[in-house]
Amino acid sequence: MNEIAHEQEVVAARGVKVAFGAVRALDGADLVIRAGECVGLVGHNGAGKSTIVNVINGGLTPHEGTISYGGEVAQGITASRAHGVRCVFQELSLCPNLTVAENARVMHSDLTGTGWRKQALALVKQQLSDIFPGHTIDCESVVEDLTIAERQMVEIAISFGAVADRPRLVILDEPTSSLDAGLAGQLMAYVRRFVEAGGSVLLISHILGEILSTSNRIVVMKDGKVVADKPASQFQTRSLVEAMGSVVREQGSDRTARVRTGDAVLSKQLNPRSDSRLEAYAGEIVGLAGLGGHGQTEALLEIYLSANGNWWPTREPKMAFVAGDRGLNGTFSLWSILKNLSVSSLKALSSRSMISDGREAEVGDRWRKRIEIRTPDMDNPILSLSGGNQQKVLFARALVTTSKIVLMDDPMRGVDIGTKQEVYEILRSEASAGRTFIWYSTEMDEIRLCDRVYVFRDGAIAAELVGEEITEANVLAASFAGGVAV
Amino acid sequence: MKLSSGAIRLVIPAASLAVLLAAVFYMQPRAMSYTGLNLLFNLAVPIALATIAQMLIMSVNDLDLSMGTFVSFTACVTATFLQSSPAIGILILAGAIAAYAALGVIIHVRQLPSIVVTLGMSFVWGGLAVLLLPSPGGAAPGWVRWIMTAKPPLVPVAIVASVIIAASTHLLVMRSSLGVLIRGVGGNQRSVERAGWSIVWLRAAAYAMAGFFAVLAGIALVGLTTSADANIALRYTLLSIAGVILGGGEFVGGRVSPIGAVIGALTLTLAGSFLSFMRISPDWQIGAQGAILIVVLALRLFLNRLEKREKNR
Amino acid sequence: MSAVRNLGSRPWIWSFAAAAIVWVATVWFTGGSSAFGLSQATLTFAAFSIIVGVGQMFVITLGPGNIDLSVPATMTLSGTLALKVMDVQDGMILVGLLVAVLVGVAIGIGNYALIKLLRIPPIIATLSMSFIVQSFAIWTNRGLRIKPPEMLSSFATSYSFGIPNVALIALLISTVAWVLLEKSIYGRWISAIGQSSFAARMAGIPVDGTRFVTYVLCAVLAALCGYLLASFSGGAALNMGAEYLLMSIAVVVIGGTAVAGGNSNVPGIWGASLFMFLVVSMLNTYGFGAGVRLILTGLIIIAVILAAGGRKAVR
Repeated sequence: MNEIAHEQEVVAARGVKVAFGAVRALDGADLVIRAGECVGLVGHNGAGKSTIVNVINGGLTPHEGTISYGGEVAQGITASRAHGVRCVFQELSLCPNLTVAENARVMHSDLTGTGWRKQALALVKQQLSDIFPGHTIDCESVVEDLTIAERQMVEIAISFGAVADRPRLVILDEPTSSLDAGLAGQLMAYVRRFVEAGGSVLLISHILGEILSTSNRIVVMKDGKVVADKPASQFQTRSLVEAMGSVVREQGSDRTARVRTGDAVLSKQLNPRSDSRLEAYAGEIVGLAGLGGHGQTEALLEIYLSANGNWWPTREPKMAFVAGDRGLNGTFSLWSILKNLSVSSLKALSSRSMISDGREAEVGDRWRKRIEIRTPDMDNPILSLSGGNQQKVLFARALVTTSKIVLMDDPMRGVDIGTKQEVYEILRSEASAGRTFIWYSTEMDEIRLCDRVYVFRDGAIAAELVGEEITEANVLAASFAGGVAV
Repeated sequence: MKLSSGAIRLVIPAASLAVLLAAVFYMQPRAMSYTGLNLLFNLAVPIALATIAQMLIMSVNDLDLSMGTFVSFTACVTATFLQSSPAIGILILAGAIAAYAALGVIIHVRQLPSIVVTLGMSFVWGGLAVLLLPSPGGAAPGWVRWIMTAKPPLVPVAIVASVIIAASTHLLVMRSSLGVLIRGVGGNQRSVERAGWSIVWLRAAAYAMAGFFAVLAGIALVGLTTSADANIALRYTLLSIAGVILGGGEFVGGRVSPIGAVIGALTLTLAGSFLSFMRISPDWQIGAQGAILIVVLALRLFLNRLEKREKNR
Repeated sequence: MSAVRNLGSRPWIWSFAAAAIVWVATVWFTGGSSAFGLSQATLTFAAFSIIVGVGQMFVITLGPGNIDLSVPATMTLSGTLALKVMDVQDGMILVGLLVAVLVGVAIGIGNYALIKLLRIPPIIATLSMSFIVQSFAIWTNRGLRIKPPEMLSSFATSYSFGIPNVALIALLISTVAWVLLEKSIYGRWISAIGQSSFAARMAGIPVDGTRFVTYVLCAVLAALCGYLLASFSGGAALNMGAEYLLMSIAVVVIGGTAVAGGNSNVPGIWGASLFMFLVVSMLNTYGFGAGVRLILTGLIIIAVILAAGGRKAVR
């Protein structure tokens, strides 16, 4: 092994494999970051970007493969911090009730002594004006009083700042998501200066212009593997988008665009700033695509909450919702499978507000057969089921209701392929029976099942694709700012 | 004018205290004297200390329902052991503080709801107090009595004590490193943990400090009343929670203010005197405390809305 | 065999087992002479904690942070107002009952209005409400202590088939509560909200409406209990509700209702209430004072919550 090459390595992940249940998040990925370079990391949803970041910063232990810091094999958050790895997460991770300087104190445990407040203040001020010259952030104000952009700036400044040992690698996960173009430009310029001075940066962004202009090297991931790893100069926007897509010539939409009949069953303006509306017609499957976290879930929630009252029970709910995050907003973990299935349609299963056990059991039996929930007894606890089967129960919960519209918040994430096929089949038959589905999905295969697709970017609809236009290339191009329609 | 949310949080309690005080002076000009002020605020000192204790627990997103019985217990210890054999008394009180720290650890490690654990503890402290003093009695230690009845020049002792309490706890909770970390736990436990701090220790420290201030509350109370009984401070549980909220603190998110808490305690004490000056029957004293609480909370909601609208503009 | 295992997995069984053990220990100490009297007294006094406990249970089922601290003030106010309205006339008994229920409804509405309008946690909303209600009670209670109507007071203190009438009423209320909890849509809804209020909302449950009804229900039960307690003890006292604040929470927790919400049971409240009173009588019989009694009560609550928390960690 080459000693010098190893010394230059800040972090090296080799042959890393990570699986969450049936899903292979990382399937033998290699990522080496050397001193003095900025590596751009791009890929579509589920490509494994966040997973490899978590592996590098020590938050996740890979099932296979090695992680080494500066040539030394180690693992864990402490080890990664000790080797100068810092991470600015996509979700903000400051304490909102503390001031900017106090947050620096929390993040840097070596800010000790009686003068720590002054020291922290000087540190953040210095770092902020280094990165964002001309900023107007008051470092003595409480974080919750700052705007979202200012919070992001503070977090970046604290991560680049140092008391004793300087950071060697800073991971920036969508660092410009709330910054305007000017601030984003300042940050990118700082990243280049930081890299020239010998530091390294791992940059993840959906704005391809940033990646192309700032990185020395670009790594493209797909399906848990690195599919391209070349100097940035060898890429252009177009070739980058192509690299993220499938290698094989893909087929277009699996469905032919339906003839729209009657009025839209749903028409909603999502963003007061743009006049694009989200519309859906009876019997249609409408897809919401784009990178994760660009406002699709929020759109679904807004549609659902504005349609369902919170005070009076309704006999015939207009919409039903299929949750994606089962633990957070889907299953009721203390209940049986049957109760989880019937909770949205209790009105129909009862007389005088008393639930009829017989009718409930009958409905449970019918749906267990129809969607093949694999359990000997519907009275077993919901948690006794596998993730895929729990998801089927949530799906059935929505279908049992008389709702004409079903909203789906990426419900098939992490579900095995067999279960998926079964659910798609039911989806098709329910749609042809006249139900409307609005389906947020992070998986390309599912988006292709839709009649019409809205691609989201930065909380707004960036493109509407119909029928044959629904291709991975088009979705990718619309998901990344600066991407061109292929 | 740009105000920080912390300052806004302090404005309402300070204003309500000022309004109340002005009303009292207007109706009873004689209250505007050394003795008058001392009488008005005398009972505020132990309440302020208990409120600070409750505030420390609330800064890590917990709630202490045993505050009243615990202060009663420490008052009983003060009136008995601390007076007759100080060494044993100090030992008992130190043990009580250690018990608080242990509670903090247990609640965190087992992920228990603090409300229920402290509910259980309230029976335990109450029982211990009854064992110590089955009937009202005991005597205040001389030095405690001396402190609480001291006559400093110009400003009565109740005011001096309140200022000292506010200033020292402000330093401890808002300025010190430890205070920052404790409030950080309340604000975003995950990020404090990710930065490599031990949450268990921070919680234990918060609980221990709360125990310490509650002990001081018991001692101060006995200094005023000269004797104790097992039920002497039962009201303090509710008063201390109300005081923190009045002073701009919140139940979750580590948003607390020691100065506000002391002001809140003073306001609650003054509300009683105010009503008696108004010749409103003492029947409505408790009710007025409730009403003040509601009015202040409504005001705060109103201000927050205003601020949000300002921000969105 | 499986029936035994099934029984063992019911959380309420432990409170009944504990109550039985304490009962035997007490009766055994007195040589068996007190068996009948002890049972009657226990049922009588437990009945009051059961009635308020059931109401508190519904509120606690709604999930973390949901708790009603206005219970004692509500009891006092409904007791005093009802006695005042009845004014020792037998003919006014039903009117008095109506007044008590109305007091409960009003306080329940007030509680939820505060929670919703001021967006404050239930604990501080019900606390401020209780301050006001308590003052109102003091104000109405001024002057003479009014006795309950003769018929009502003799009803409250007498027995049918050897069982105290108040215990029969508690049984009736518990049965209705059990049916509500286990068989009705409302029961499903509060359980769902307690497990995850957001998931409940996304499943189409009217969360606000359900919570509102629950707070009213709790206040009405507390008011009912105040009415009965005042009739039973020959008049309303200002501090008559005081011990029921902690007691109502304690019997719910000891009875095996999950403090984290979503999972509750009515039988456990019976076991816990009987147990709490029996512990008092046992310690009295053995000559222990109030201090030891309180300490034991506290330690039991903590032990129960520790054991329950442990179960959760395993899952």
